[in-house]
Amino acid sequence: MLLWRWPWVRPALLLIPPLAWFVLVYLTSLVLLLVTAFWTIDTFTTQIVQAWNLDNFRIILTEPAYRLIIGRTVGIAALVTITDAALAFPFAYYMAKVASRRTQTVLFAAVLLPLWASYLARVYSWILILNHSGLLNWSLQSIGLPPANIGYTNTAMWLVFSYIWLPFMIIPTYAALERVPDSLLEAAADLGARRWRAVLDVVLPLAMPGVVAGSIFTFSLTLGDYITPILVGGAGSSFIGNVVYSNIGIANNVPFAAALAMVPVAIMTVYLLLAKRLGAFEAI
Amino acid sequence: MRSTEAPAMWSRLGTVAAAALLLAATACGSTTNSGGPTAKEPPTAKIAPLASIGAGEGQLNLVLWDGYADKSWVDPFTATTGCKVNQKPAGSSDEMVSLMKDGGGGQWDMVSASGDADLRLIYSGDVKPMNTSLIPDFNNFQTYFKAPPYNTILGVHYGISLQWGPNTLLYSTKKFPQAPTSWSVIYDPANKGLVTVPDNPIQIADAALYLSKTQPNLGIKDPYELTQKQFDASVALLKQQRPLIKKYWGLATDEITLFKNGDVTVGAAWPFQTIQLKAAGAAVADTIPTEGATGWADTWMLATKAPHPNCAYLWTKWVSTPKVQAMQALSFGETPVNTKACSEMETLQAGSCAQYHADAPGTYFNTIKFWKTPIATCDDGTDNCILYAQWQAAWTTITA
Repeated sequence: MLLWRWPWVRPALLLIPPLAWFVLVYLTSLVLLLVTAFWTIDTFTTQIVQAWNLDNFRIILTEPAYRLIIGRTVGIAALVTITDAALAFPFAYYMAKVASRRTQTVLFAAVLLPLWASYLARVYSWILILNHSGLLNWSLQSIGLPPANIGYTNTAMWLVFSYIWLPFMIIPTYAALERVPDSLLEAAADLGARRWRAVLDVVLPLAMPGVVAGSIFTFSLTLGDYITPILVGGAGSSFIGNVVYSNIGIANNVPFAAALAMVPVAIMTVYLLLAKRLGAFEAI
Repeated sequence: MRSTEAPAMWSRLGTVAAAALLLAATACGSTTNSGGPTAKEPPTAKIAPLASIGAGEGQLNLVLWDGYADKSWVDPFTATTGCKVNQKPAGSSDEMVSLMKDGGGGQWDMVSASGDADLRLIYSGDVKPMNTSLIPDFNNFQTYFKAPPYNTILGVHYGISLQWGPNTLLYSTKKFPQAPTSWSVIYDPANKGLVTVPDNPIQIADAALYLSKTQPNLGIKDPYELTQKQFDASVALLKQQRPLIKKYWGLATDEITLFKNGDVTVGAAWPFQTIQLKAAGAAVADTIPTEGATGWADTWMLATKAPHPNCAYLWTKWVSTPKVQAMQALSFGETPVNTKACSEMETLQAGSCAQYHADAPGTYFNTIKFWKTPIATCDDGTDNCILYAQWQAAWTTITA
């Protein structure tokens, strides 16, 4: 009776629990984070002092060390995203448009399989590959090439991140490519376009939202990571996350950590707004 | 002391870090933390310690570093005293301090705190004085560890020393056939890309210790009490060292991997790494250079609200005996404070006593500067020293 007379009651009832969850858990913590960022600590007692000021942000913007760390984090996240997009597109294209059903299943399993293994184990396995006496140098030397000492460098981080997050780029790209009708390719062929021409002018624009959706994953996951820099990074490989961690875990300077944590939030906001413009949210 | 396994990867960092809060405890005291005549009296100073050990209560709840109560010495303890040992391993000094809040909350009896957490626990009143005369082996302790400044304030003992270790210079014997005699090797551009040091702000003290010998005009007396000028010089040295570093290590096992794979040839380490590497057949050795070294030391402390004080004393008595001291030392790669433990170590593993410096003469401890938290008040009573929070901030700029 009630539900019949006011049809909006039913969706409202359904929406309240997830909405309350979202507001309480997600928005509240974000707002608290934002508020804390404007406080400071008493350097003498390390207690939080609720005095409103912009010091934390001023330090982040003026101290070259923090600018360097933010730049490094964003730079590597962008590089990883571009690398993954370049690797994922041909792979996903093959899966969606060329491979037989059977091969497709095998490839899909191959993409998802690494996600079953622990993240840490996979990062550690890269240490075994990249270190001084690791598999890479051993292989290079056995074919007479000089060793490539890329263990514990930013190059190592770029490689490992690209590997770790690749499935998150392949899956949305594949989903987008799957939705491109084969008839469009046939039409392009009928009109005289070669295969690569059709891919470039027809398939790529249609699959772009999928690539952008994938890039949200690879970019944000890299942006927020702090374990890979610890494990495979060298001297001068700190990410924003590492500095946030040490400020909370070591210095007890929660306000500064909060201010620094606002940086990736701001970057992701801009990124998501851009992604929305590119139609990424229809492809997720 | 602290865990060396991967799950506790941050333990070491946290350990020192803990220090930050320690400021709260000591700094507001307005005077020094060195136990000097001007030290502030901790809140529990007037609580009379137990006069004699009664019958055990049947239970003992310990907050400790993972493995500090190994089966091999806990089982005989339970068998003789009837005290069942319940363990709560902590991942960091921070965690220890938070577990011990409110005098252990009536839940915890003891904590195996490290030098950087001790003063925090003492000045927040979470631990209370202990009666050393109830610990027969106390008399056999290395003199330094009977009343070290990190657990003894104004002559009152807030715990019984347990084990310690130096931060040594670890090097590849292939690269250095002759043992380096100075810390200068880790600041030497000739070793570019081959050096590793702990990812830990307390590393500034190591630089300060080096400068105290190489640049006496800076007047550094205590590497944990630095004026702005001394601090800046130490930070500058570390920034200069930065291009030489292959990696700042967080885990003991990380450093072992670095040396084993030949990624680094020299670095700052604990005896644990040397022992593990040698056991794995790596060509390495360690040394304490002429400038001396920093070090850490752990203490069993009694919670202010300990529900099982008799079992706690029985435990402290037990872990202070030469045999248990020797067993713990060898299972962790640390050094016992009981001088009688030397012969027990020899029985368990020939040559280990000298290897761990368990037979070191008293003068040896003048060469080791044990960790304590940097606070604003210097030893001379002035407030010119650099706080730990600033050490941490500087460390970020060094390693960025």
